[in-house]
Amino acid sequence: MSTAVADLHDAPAESRVNYLNASYGIRSWLLTTDHKRICLLYLAVITFNFFIGGTAAVLMRLNLIEPTGALVEPSTYNKLFSIHGIIMVFFFLVPSIPATLGNFLIPLMIGARDVAFPKLNLLSWYVFVVGSLFALVAVLSGGVDTGWTFYTPYSSTYSHGNVIAAALGVFIAGFSSILTGLNFIVTIHKMRAPGMTWFRLPLFIWAMYATSLIFVLGTPVIAITMFLLGLERIFHVGVFDPALGGDPLLFQHLFWFYSHPAVYIMILPGMGVVSELITAFSRKRIFGYSFVAFSSLAIAVISFIVWGHHMFVTGQSIYAGLVFSALSFLVAIPSAIKVFNWTATLYKGSISYEAPMLYALGFIGLFTMGGLTGLFLASLATDVHLNGTYFIVAHFHYIMVGGAVMAYLGGIHFWWPKISGRLYPDLWARFAALVVFVGFNLTFFPQFVLGYLGMPRRYAVYPSEFQVLNVMSSAGASILGVGYIIPLIYLIWSMRYGPPAGPNPWGAKGLEWITPSPPPTENFEEIPTVTEGAYNYPSSKAEHHG
Amino acid sequence: MGLLQSGWNLQVAAAMIPLQPPSASTISGGVDQLYYLLTGITLFFSVLIFSIIFYFMVKYRRRSPDEAAEQSHTNMFLELSWTIIPSLICVVLFVWASDLYVRNSRPPAASTEIFVIGKQWMWHIQHPEGPREINELHVPVGAPVKITMTSQDVIHDFYIPAFRVKKDVLPGRYTSLWFQPTQIGTYHLFCAQYCGADHSQMIGWVYVMAPADYAAWLASGEKTQSMVEQGSQLFTRLGCATCHVAEGNGRGPSLAGLYGKSEKLLTGETRVVDESLMRQAILSPNSILLPNYAPIMPTYKGQMDEEQLSELIAYLKSLAPQQVAQERTQK
Repeated sequence: MSTAVADLHDAPAESRVNYLNASYGIRSWLLTTDHKRICLLYLAVITFNFFIGGTAAVLMRLNLIEPTGALVEPSTYNKLFSIHGIIMVFFFLVPSIPATLGNFLIPLMIGARDVAFPKLNLLSWYVFVVGSLFALVAVLSGGVDTGWTFYTPYSSTYSHGNVIAAALGVFIAGFSSILTGLNFIVTIHKMRAPGMTWFRLPLFIWAMYATSLIFVLGTPVIAITMFLLGLERIFHVGVFDPALGGDPLLFQHLFWFYSHPAVYIMILPGMGVVSELITAFSRKRIFGYSFVAFSSLAIAVISFIVWGHHMFVTGQSIYAGLVFSALSFLVAIPSAIKVFNWTATLYKGSISYEAPMLYALGFIGLFTMGGLTGLFLASLATDVHLNGTYFIVAHFHYIMVGGAVMAYLGGIHFWWPKISGRLYPDLWARFAALVVFVGFNLTFFPQFVLGYLGMPRRYAVYPSEFQVLNVMSSAGASILGVGYIIPLIYLIWSMRYGPPAGPNPWGAKGLEWITPSPPPTENFEEIPTVTEGAYNYPSSKAEHHG
Repeated sequence: MGLLQSGWNLQVAAAMIPLQPPSASTISGGVDQLYYLLTGITLFFSVLIFSIIFYFMVKYRRRSPDEAAEQSHTNMFLELSWTIIPSLICVVLFVWASDLYVRNSRPPAASTEIFVIGKQWMWHIQHPEGPREINELHVPVGAPVKITMTSQDVIHDFYIPAFRVKKDVLPGRYTSLWFQPTQIGTYHLFCAQYCGADHSQMIGWVYVMAPADYAAWLASGEKTQSMVEQGSQLFTRLGCATCHVAEGNGRGPSLAGLYGKSEKLLTGETRVVDESLMRQAILSPNSILLPNYAPIMPTYKGQMDEEQLSELIAYLKSLAPQQVAQERTQK
């Protein structure tokens, strides 16, 4: 029963009051307004969603081992890829980093006690859960077979699937995004600690700010789109179906006006995470801070004017194609700037290779591949051949899985000691990172070749000459699946059995590392005053200016 | 022995991995060149970045737990280089790809026009000479073909990988693509836009034949009327000529020589008369009114199917100004 102050710092996490043990019971969690607890609520739901979406992917890959379909009927296969896409995009990737790490870290990184609107934050989670439930109901009550893109008039008139439940799920979950984005923008503007100027902010905050802008500006459009889809499907109001007097391409314009920026909702937070990891594990200041920061905003802005590149072969005018092609090349530049700056950050660093760093380096490699293959699709003449094939599938999985999911896992591994107060077995974590990297490449690299050969996506059965590449891809998927299950096991294990982490196990800079792990409910005993820029790691030599 | 066996199997498997689709049209060579250029750029930058990262990873690995890094500041020269060089590469790619795309988008004037209707889950193909096919398309080698397409239900996509051509097939309007086959052979035809349960079975074959074989194939089928002839009969049966008098003094405008002409609409908008505009004029005439003509034409929506509509349009397109005059005087 020691209460001496000296003991408090050395005491194991359990005996110190922190956000995890401040109160007990299911009510204390379901009614919490603590951003850190809300992070864990989201983490539980999106992990569940991830494994539902992942299971659908595994079944798809199993089916594609045989050209005639090894497992399921084509109509079932169609439901599998629809569920996989809808769950993974709207109910895992979009909220993944923002709702978990964003929620946990934004107040900690800027030196605040919570987000600007803690109750709104909890409401966001409930709204998201309701949206997820609708999607789950759509899966359990017969499935949806429209693909995650819900193209009309198939979805509005012809599909027999449970389109309304799924669309309603997307509609509802969108409000969660809007509320979260709003909350983050206000928090970043108004709640920064004294001395925390804009250019002292960690780049993760810049990335979350850019993401929040897209949340607030883009998400209403998908809500409108889903609303109109429902209007046509239920009440036969002609909006999209030409048989009812609608325009079938109008849907695609509206859908991609949100869904292309949504790609950046998925990747921008990942870029923010990687900036944190690269600096921490090379003990370096970021190379080109303002270039990395403003490239996030540039990506967010340009992302709203490139949607037409999804529609090069729909019969849109040649001139529209030319404009959207040029703008799509433009969005490649800020991404390239980031990759070069991360690489330059490693120069003369003191680099160590714990699991989070392996994920970060994996991210750079896979994101580079994903970005460069995007040039094939921004180029009009090659897009005509590659659009709608496995090349597209490979390209966006390099960005969304190789990029966003790698960064998410890297971030979870980096901040897990802060979140849980515990260390996980690093050797297992490094092993899992390698398994994910190998499994990922084996799964998706053959798909670039399949696409160039001309195999269309969303095919339940396929000509036999594509079999060898499909088997390779399926083999990779099984390795990838193992790579995702290992961290789930040791992270849960570490919550109970992991050794205490201490406030700063990585020796990293940033306000989140000066408070104990797990942090107390109020984050900081006293609000810190910031006197230095981000990543102010010590220098081994007198600094040279150049 | 077992190892040898499996090693051999791997070799067989490797030999079975195709890396390139057949290249069988005048378009495919140019697309492949651009593809290889892009692959080269991808390899160059991937190898460059990976090599630098690996080099730094080894050279600057942490040697003692409390080792500090040597800090460096932003280098404006580097920042500008890696902004400007990728931008220039993007400009080159944009110009190259766009030029090729624009050229690939324009069918030669002499193209044979074949009409395609997509429906769940089959391709219906109609040749101007009359023959119809399902999920098979016979074309002669060396001659340009323009495909005009529409869908009876949802959005499909007409894709021939060997020709590197693809275009969505939409309900309620026409889209088109063209190709000129260069190699005799049999090639995949795929639906590349998800269209429901049997999307992956909405596939067929394109047969590229020597001109003589193609002529023989055309002659071998049942004798059918050409699309224009069938369209002409429809034109008479539906009574179109009562108003659309060829000389232009009827209650409706003359349709002679209309295809490809620019028409000024009542709204002031000027539109080029193409298949889609003709379609719109037949199915919802009041949506494109002309000055000097009363809005009295009834809609023909529901009175003919997509096939008949295509025949009627084929007939309207065939109406050159003098031709109609001749037909009139003969009667």
